[in-house]
Amino acid sequence: MTLLDVARGPALEFAFAVFAIGVAWRLLSVLLLPWATERSAKRPGTPSRAMGAIGLFVRHLWPAGPFRRNALFITLNSYVFHLGLAIVVFGLAQHIVFLQNAFGVSWPSLPSGVVYVVAVITLATLAAALAHRLTSPVLRLLSTFNDYMSWFVTAAPVATGLLAVSHLWAPYETLLAIHILSVALLLAWFPFGKLMHSFLVFLTRSETGAFYSRRGVEI
Amino acid sequence: MPERETIGDVLARRGVSRRALLKYTSTLASVMALAPAASRAMADALAKAHRQSVIWLSFQECTGCTESLTRSFNPNIGDLIFDVISLDYHETLQAASGFAAEAAREAAIAANKGKFVLVVDGSVSTKDGGIYSTVAGKTNLQLLQETAKDALAVIAVGTCASFGGLPHADPNPTGAVPVSDIVKDKPVINIPGCPPIAEAIAGTVAYIVTFGKLPDLDQRNRPRAFYGDAIHDRCYRRPFYDQGLFAASFDDEGARKGWCLYELGCKGPVTYNACATIKWNGGVSYPIQSGHGCLGCSEPDFWDKGGFYKPLSTNTGNDAEIVGAAVAAGAAVGVASALIARHRKRKAQTAKAAAKTEGQP
Repeated sequence: MTLLDVARGPALEFAFAVFAIGVAWRLLSVLLLPWATERSAKRPGTPSRAMGAIGLFVRHLWPAGPFRRNALFITLNSYVFHLGLAIVVFGLAQHIVFLQNAFGVSWPSLPSGVVYVVAVITLATLAAALAHRLTSPVLRLLSTFNDYMSWFVTAAPVATGLLAVSHLWAPYETLLAIHILSVALLLAWFPFGKLMHSFLVFLTRSETGAFYSRRGVEI
Repeated sequence: MPERETIGDVLARRGVSRRALLKYTSTLASVMALAPAASRAMADALAKAHRQSVIWLSFQECTGCTESLTRSFNPNIGDLIFDVISLDYHETLQAASGFAAEAAREAAIAANKGKFVLVVDGSVSTKDGGIYSTVAGKTNLQLLQETAKDALAVIAVGTCASFGGLPHADPNPTGAVPVSDIVKDKPVINIPGCPPIAEAIAGTVAYIVTFGKLPDLDQRNRPRAFYGDAIHDRCYRRPFYDQGLFAASFDDEGARKGWCLYELGCKGPVTYNACATIKWNGGVSYPIQSGHGCLGCSEPDFWDKGGFYKPLSTNTGNDAEIVGAAVAAGAAVGVASALIARHRKRKAQTAKAAAKTEGQP
């Protein structure tokens, strides 16, 4: 069994299993928690819980006035690599084939050259995010293994994917195997680290929005 | 065949001119990417060399490898390879049969002890003592062991002999193994393919005869001259791969326009062979040019790679069942975790209420 056989077979099977167990576990353990008892009266004229949640979600897509100056770089940088990751994952033909094989749905791909450029930009912005974390004294103090590991498992598939498509330094089968193994690592780490924000961000921001709006908070 | 007859003598007797020999060696030198001067050197060396004794054993195989060589479209290759070598034993091609055939093999071994090249096509059955494939009452395993011990070198022709091939495919009922698993004390050159390209067989044999040494081999013991590049790297459809233009089915617009066959499961990117350069049928075409993806037949276990039509970037496991079970397990853990949290909360609330009651006068 070659490294590519291991990556396409048992490694992905293991990663899918860990991902599915972890995501189901974390989501249900949060969703089934009892709601906190509201001890304050609803402010008059404030929107419903749902509207409050949506309102905050939209407002927080861009930093509020007092924080804008300090948060501008990290906000823009984060938007670039989040959008970049989405374009790379859902735009490259080889990835669409993978997703089609897993979920049975397909869509037209972007030209490979466009995806390669986006991947390079994404990798650069991920590197900038790490540099910012390492050079900002406050952020560095707050950072834990979780932050660095989550960064690594996100950046590794982008870097190894670029190597695979450019056939650099090693035969394609080796590079493709390493790329798939890096994706397996991402999937296995996903539920247990910060990457779980992909699901939890909708819960946390919505609950915060509902909480704020009930009290008339408008940030 | 006279004992000490040179290849030059044979060619002269058959009316093959020096010009024809030079054309032949030019072809070989070219396909093996040798220096231009090698063509003349090969012609001179071949003319003076004695014909190399070759014993060809066929084990668990389909005879496709022999067919590939003997039905070679290029008469230079097909005919001249048999002038270059003295094929002393080949079950499919020899006229002798039965005891006479076995006697011929034993005589050839005795006459060329330590000097003959052993060519094997087919894998070797090892399960239950190798009884699943026998010739004249002897298992392939016995035949290989007793013949290889007196051979100069061993050439495993075809994927079955090189890597086990189709007989080795899961569940491998005969315990089939490649020649290199049995022969450990001799150099084994692998010329895989299902079948291998005739020029790769002929070129390798001619190289050994001409230069008296083994050609440069890769990590799977394949001659680099023929197996040095991935088919993908030499494929004429490569520009479409780079542009992201893929055929999604065998009869869609992409297929008609000759786009890359990656999405249809082509294994060209991970298959090392000369199909895209030497091609087949006298350089007419090769599978990808004919509209079908590469099956990866010159690579180990090509039959068990998850399916010929599964793209390389897809998973090969049975993930739907695994994910379904994993979601159920994860959900159970999540529900249990939430119930424990609720229980703890109720307990804390009860304790708090009790403490409050006790504190009241």
